[in-house]
Amino acid sequence: MPKTPVQFRINGTDKAVFADGGQSLLDVIRREVGDTAPKYGCGQGTCGACMVLIDGEPHLSCILLAEMADGRSIETASNLDQGGQIHPLQDAFMTHFAAQCGFCTPGMLMAAKALLDKVPNPTREQVIDAISDNLCRCTGYEPIINAILDAAQNPSRRSA
Amino acid sequence: MPITVRSFDRLSDATSVLSSDRAARFIAGGTLVMRDLHEGDVSVSTLVRSMDRTFAEISTTGGRIEIGAGATMAKVLANRDLAFLHPVARHVGGPAIRQMATVGGNLFAPSPYGDFATALLALDATVSLASGFSPREVPLAEFLSHRDRPGNGVVSKVSFPRPPHDAFRFRKASRVRPKGASVIAIAAVLPQSGGRISGARVAYGAMAQTPIRVPAVERALEGKTLDPSGISTAVAVAAEGLSPPTDPIATSWYRSEVAPVHLRRLLLGETG
Repeated sequence: MPKTPVQFRINGTDKAVFADGGQSLLDVIRREVGDTAPKYGCGQGTCGACMVLIDGEPHLSCILLAEMADGRSIETASNLDQGGQIHPLQDAFMTHFAAQCGFCTPGMLMAAKALLDKVPNPTREQVIDAISDNLCRCTGYEPIINAILDAAQNPSRRSA
Repeated sequence: MPITVRSFDRLSDATSVLSSDRAARFIAGGTLVMRDLHEGDVSVSTLVRSMDRTFAEISTTGGRIEIGAGATMAKVLANRDLAFLHPVARHVGGPAIRQMATVGGNLFAPSPYGDFATALLALDATVSLASGFSPREVPLAEFLSHRDRPGNGVVSKVSFPRPPHDAFRFRKASRVRPKGASVIAIAAVLPQSGGRISGARVAYGAMAQTPIRVPAVERALEGKTLDPSGISTAVAVAAEGLSPPTDPIATSWYRSEVAPVHLRRLLLGETG
């Protein structure tokens, strides 16, 4: 099978991989990089479980051709905690019971991070739009929305 | 089937490959093509990409607007000169989809998707096609009627005359907010002269297999004022002669029933 060399920075580390023809970025991240935070949900760009940030913008890695990430900087939910401390969004998700089965959570967190990095004090409507690429079959969304708003209002929160 | 990915710096090189290989498919944002691959589409053996920077450029100088086919919805939203199109681009998926979905790709989105193409149809857009033989331009309506025909070439850009100030309107009805497939999308350019409509262009999305013009509504609006009395005939013929598709979003009957409601709201500028 023909392979293509792809280089990118993921969570601050430079990586070079050989992508199979037609391989998605999600597949490369999970199989070649070994980062299993982004999930394979629908494979159709509908559920958002595969969401990563590329150059700070949210992308659905399951429908992104791996070659399209060449030379770009990728962030996954694996990179949210820093120095042993969880991210304020992760803390808020726990506080508000915003995760149940947890399958959607990595994508939700990255969608929320993309929003808060640009809009530190979003409205409820902006939060709803920000997570509109992401499906959650457990929570009914309200705890997730509340968690994101809480993280925005309390950016210094950390778990004890 | 093994897939080969070929990337080219120039769009013309990409089109050459496409014209000589029937199993080659062009990929831009990937939101349609990658889905097909995941669904098991075995007809594709080669994916062709263009890295040509002009492929995603937007030009808003002068009276004619040009949008490169590779421009994403996010890029449209970042362009202040295209503010009248922002409500349309904002309705295409969520933030992640808008980073990936391209204007050119939207022309191929199957019903009930293709809201941006619906807007372009109302705007009287022309599609520029690059092919291995010679570039050509075709009206969007003509392009949509045979968009799946092999050998069309690659859509390189769309262009359209800048609509008169405040003449462009767009409305989308969906079951899920803020993001959902269309029950119906309506786009209209409603130029007015002396308070009366002159030369209206109205297009529907999700009311046929591709976006369509609605000539019966356009005729009924000619010379009329945008008030309940002036639009009554247009509303009465809103779904005349149409056979909307039935899909998981809505039945044909339902789409026909709600078309007049949403057309009236669009024409009167009503929200809700």
